[in-house]
Order: sequence, then C-alpha cells, then structure tokens
Amino acid sequence: MTNDNAFLSVRDLRVHFPTDDGLVKSVDGLSFDLERGKTLGIVGESGSGKSVTSLSIMGLHKGGSARISGEVLLDGQELVSSSSEEVRLLRGKRMAMIFQDPLSAMHPYYTVGHQIIEAYRVHNNVSKAVAKKHAIEMLDRVGIPQPDKRVDAYPHQFSGGMRQRAMIAMALSCDPDLLIADEPTTALDVTVQAQILDLIRDLQSEFNSAVIIITHDLGVVAELADHIQVMYAGRAIEYGTAEDIFDRPQHPYTWGLLGSMPRIDRERTERLIPIKGTPPSLINVPKGCAFNPRCNYAHLNGGASETERPELLDSGAGHMVACHLSPQERQKAWETDIKPKL
Amino acid sequence: MTTADTDPTAVPGVVEPEIGEELLSVNNLTKHFPIRRGLLQRQVGAVQAVDGLDFTVTKGETLSLVGESGCGKTTTGRLLTRLLEPSDGRIVFEGRDITHMSEGKMRPLRRDVQMIFQDPYGSLNPRHTVGKIVGAPFKLQKVQTENGVKKAVQELLELVGLSPEHYNRYPHEFSGGQRQRIGIARTLALRPKLIVADEPVSALDVSIQAQVVNLLEDLQEEFDLTYVMIAHDLSVVRHVSDRVAVMYLGKIVELADRVSLYEKPMHPYTLALLSAVPIPDTARKSKRERIRLVGDVPSPINPPPACRFHTRCWKAQDICKVVEPPLIQLAPGHQSACHFPENATPEQEATAMKAAETNPGRDSVKA
Repeated sequence: MTNDNAFLSVRDLRVHFPTDDGLVKSVDGLSFDLERGKTLGIVGESGSGKSVTSLSIMGLHKGGSARISGEVLLDGQELVSSSSEEVRLLRGKRMAMIFQDPLSAMHPYYTVGHQIIEAYRVHNNVSKAVAKKHAIEMLDRVGIPQPDKRVDAYPHQFSGGMRQRAMIAMALSCDPDLLIADEPTTALDVTVQAQILDLIRDLQSEFNSAVIIITHDLGVVAELADHIQVMYAGRAIEYGTAEDIFDRPQHPYTWGLLGSMPRIDRERTERLIPIKGTPPSLINVPKGCAFNPRCNYAHLNGGASETERPELLDSGAGHMVACHLSPQERQKAWETDIKPKL
Repeated sequence: MTTADTDPTAVPGVVEPEIGEELLSVNNLTKHFPIRRGLLQRQVGAVQAVDGLDFTVTKGETLSLVGESGCGKTTTGRLLTRLLEPSDGRIVFEGRDITHMSEGKMRPLRRDVQMIFQDPYGSLNPRHTVGKIVGAPFKLQKVQTENGVKKAVQELLELVGLSPEHYNRYPHEFSGGQRQRIGIARTLALRPKLIVADEPVSALDVSIQAQVVNLLEDLQEEFDLTYVMIAHDLSVVRHVSDRVAVMYLGKIVELADRVSLYEKPMHPYTLALLSAVPIPDTARKSKRERIRLVGDVPSPINPPPACRFHTRCWKAQDICKVVEPPLIQLAPGHQSACHFPENATPEQEATAMKAAETNPGRDSVKA
C-alpha cells in the first residue's frame, strides 16, 4: 500500500522490549499510510500494540530499552533514525498527541495556561503575553467557558471533560499536521465523549490535519475514521475503509470483535459470540497466524495457519487482510455464520 | 455443591418470592454524605448522592442502573447491599425491612445478597490463593459443605469456566477476564438470591466482556438469580437488562422495560444519553442527529432546584425551575419524571402536567 500522497508512512515498524522473561514483541512489522485530512482508526484489544505504535511514531520510546526498527516517514522525514533532539523539535509543531488520562498527562503543579504557553513558546518566538492570549483563544476554541479566567486554573480544578479539552487545546496550540489521539474518550462519560469526538472532527476539518485515533471502541472509529486498521498481537490483520471493516469484514478476528459487541441500535436476542480463549502473550506469540488458537476456521486450510504467518494482502480495492482462508471460504463464513447473528 | 439444608435466614411467616414476584423494594431511598468543616466539625452541607429513589426488583429479572459518573448509581448499589447506611427511606428484602438492620443481624442475610465488583485487580487479595478467596464465604458464614470446602470451590471454579486445578494459584497468574470469573465464583459460593453487580464487565476487553456477559446470563438462568446491574455502557445494558433505571444527580429520571426505554425514551436526558453513544454502523454515520448536552453535570452538593436536569435541558421552561416533576407512570411499565416528555401522546403529556400539579416533587421551589 504505497501512497505518494501519504503524509505519514510507516514501513515495517518493529518495537521490541527486552525483559527478564524474554523479548516482548509489542509491534512486529507494521506498515500503513495516512494522508492529510484523513482519519485512521486503530482498533484492537489491550496488548495488541496500538499504544506502542503511537508512542514510537511520536519518538517517545527513544532512549528507553525499546529496540525500534523500520521506518516512520513524516512528510518525507525519517524519524526512527533521527536523534531525540530532532524529533523533539517536531513534537508539538508537526505532530501532537492526546492521551487517555488527562490528569496524569498534565503537570499538577503548573496552571493549565502555563502548560499551553510553554508548549507554544517552544515553537514560536513570542512574548509571554502573546502566548497567553493564544492560550486563551485555544481554550475558547475547545469550548471551555470563561477561558480568560480558566487559563490560570490548575488541572485539578477542572472536571474530567474539561481537562481532556484543555489537553486537546495544548496539543493543537501549534496547529500540528499530525494528531494522534490514544483512547481520547475512554475515561469520559458518554455525553462528554460525544462533545470531544465532535471537537476532534471539527478541528480536523479546520486545520486539515492527519489524525490517528486509537481505541478499543468500535463505535468511536465507525463515527470518526475514514480507514480502520485492526491489530492483533503487534500486527495489522485487516485494513480497509470503515465500510470495508463494518459491512464486509474479512478476518475471523474482526468477526469476533463484531460478534462480541452488544448493540445499542437494535434488539439482539441472540447471545453474544465471544472469541474463545484469551489474547496471546507477546513473548510467546503463537507460530503461524497469531490468531490461530482462537480461530474457528483455522482447520479449514490444512494446518497452514499453524505454521505460516499470513501476509497482509490486498483482497481488492485496498481492503487488506492477513488470513490463510481463501476469499470464497471467507465470503461463505461471513454470509452464513456471522452476519445473520450480528 | 450443597450448602446447609435449612436456611438460617428464614423468618417464620416470610414466604420466599417466586419468579416474577417482588424480591426487593426500595422506598424514598436517600443517602446524603455530610460535609464537615472547622474546629467543631460542624456540618456545612451534604453531598446528595442518592435522593429519594423508589423502585422494586422482581425475582429473576435484571434491573440496570445507568447514568453518568456522579449520578449515584454506585452509592445505590452499596446501599442495597448495606455497605452504606441509608440516610432516609426503606429497603425491604423478601418482606424484611433491612434499612437499619444491625451488622450482626445483617450477617446471615449477606449470603442472600452478594456483590460483583468492577475492578478484578483490586477485589481479590493478592496474597491469597484462588482456593482461599473462593472458599472464604463458606468459612465466614460457617457453612458446612457436603464434600469439604475444596470440592465445593472446585465445583464453583468449573461453573464459571475455570479449571479446578487453578485452586492453588494466585490472582496475579490470571488475566483480567479470568480474575473477574474468580470474583463471580466467590459471589456464587453461597447461592445468593440477589447479586448487585457494579460495572462487572467495564474493565474487560470486548471479546472477554462478551464471555463474561454470557456467563452471567447462563448463571442467571441456571440459578434463578436476580441482578441489579450498575453500568455506564448503554450497549451492554441493552443486551443484559429486563428493565433499566436512568439516574441523574441522585434521582431516577426514567424507569422502563428495555425495549420501550431504548425505542421510545421519554425523558430528554435519556434521549440525550442514547444519542451520544457512537454506533458501530457506518451507514448511520451521516444521517444521525445527535443531541449535544452543554456543560458538565452540576455538583450534587448544590444541585439545581426543581428538575435537576433543567440547567442542561433544551426543552426546559419556567415550570422546570420551580416544580419538580414526579416520577410517574406514563405507559404500562414506563415511568418518567419530566414535564415535557418525549415520544408522548397528548394524553400522556396531560398526565405528566396534571401529576406535577397535584403531586409535585419535594425539591419544588416553595412559593
């Protein structure tokens, strides 16, 4: 999936952590492209490598114990081989991140305004007064009431939703070209979540930035994402447009996710269809297809799933899937076993 | 597994409810946490966490309490299990008033009312083996088991989908979903009648969540369990509940059976809550209309007068700031507390208005 228009290109990214128990392969060969103005949703369960991917794009694993290889190209600039100092200059200005937990992502000792001003002045040579004015504008932009007063408040004086807004204001203060939102609404109530998702959408269309949204909530990606990447055990197992993933998913794991999900929009009298077993340890990822011990269809291809790792291949019109099943088998299983029960 | 044959909690004259009969009833249940300040620790205010709830739970059903954080749903669960002492109101379980029952008298009742906790990491003692954790209820309640505690525990582990060999392992050796199963096994040990489940699946990944939801459903069927489910995930609630109570700032604003609540919500808050949930359906992305609530939930220390939702409600009129709408039945099995209900016929609107005139809520502003 090479794309000349791509603003962000990730090529064969691997992030491994040596531990006493063995090598943890959090991300193991991940490639994707993202254009400006588009939103990529990365979904998967805990431990599938979603967050590690985002942190390594931001260069936040540099200097730690992580072994990173592969390429991350941001507007043509390679980041994996760049120094920490070089990446630091990009953070905030070219790319920014919204974290899940705004209380631990903000410094409790400094006012909210101070933290936005600091981020802004790193990249813009302006006086404190000008930066403060900008901070107030940003707080106003994300919908914080009385921003001129709130700019001097401390993070603990904000409610959860307001803190998340303040963090978004901070992330957007330098109009970043790439915004990574890692579970931006998981800690929030649903009404506040709706406000924040609207905000991200509005700001994206205003600044034409590229957005990566990482979440375990399939509803959130269905609302926001143009493309969706489903991750399992450190690899992408399916990639396609939101319609591809929700209307004609190809991978048995994606079916499992959809089957596990209770529906709010319709009566579902059938039982949920859980995925059997538990996600694998990233130290001992199963041989072959990492999903094969939990897959109901692994027996259909004569043991190939247990020995050979399936590559992520285009199954037509950019819808990519990593599965040994033949397209006919997948089509049949989806139409007869899965779709009627959702 | 068999527990003692005679039920020591049985009270003469109390008949055990059958399926579909009332198991628990709650009347004007209230919990105010005092706020004390100064040298003399004088009470300067109160957090009105739960303020005048009325509902019943019938045997064999699942009643869910939903609402945003701070709406009082967890406090309600803790009041029902008497982990907290109510400030006012009455809780009647199987015909016995347990509102202010002493701890000693409450103890035999604890085997009938059990709780499942949200956090499978915090609710299991890391220094105890699974056998000890799941066997603790037998020991605490001095229950004799037929073939010894170990056998009983192993049967329980099998029941919740764990292996009996897990008996001697420690909680840290298990994943989140397995830990939640251990907690459920412990809850089931004494064959409770009522289980209060406080966010039982919200800490779990979606594939594991489905396993635990299915397990809870199977157990309910097998043992005629009654659940009071406390949850914020409205999709899970739709899947598991028979009836749903929507709470806002310590009050029930709507209480209805699942289908009518999700298909025809009557309280504007319920409508807003439902419309805020992202739907995993790309076809509906563009045409959906979302009600955006402005601002945050007000503080329960100083809640708005009359209808507590009026500060954020797009339908609010002057009456909403003066007269508190009572929770009244507008359709069979569908109660709502609003002057201007949604999805209502003109008759239902008139009923709501009339009820507010004749029987205004106690938070109404006195003239």
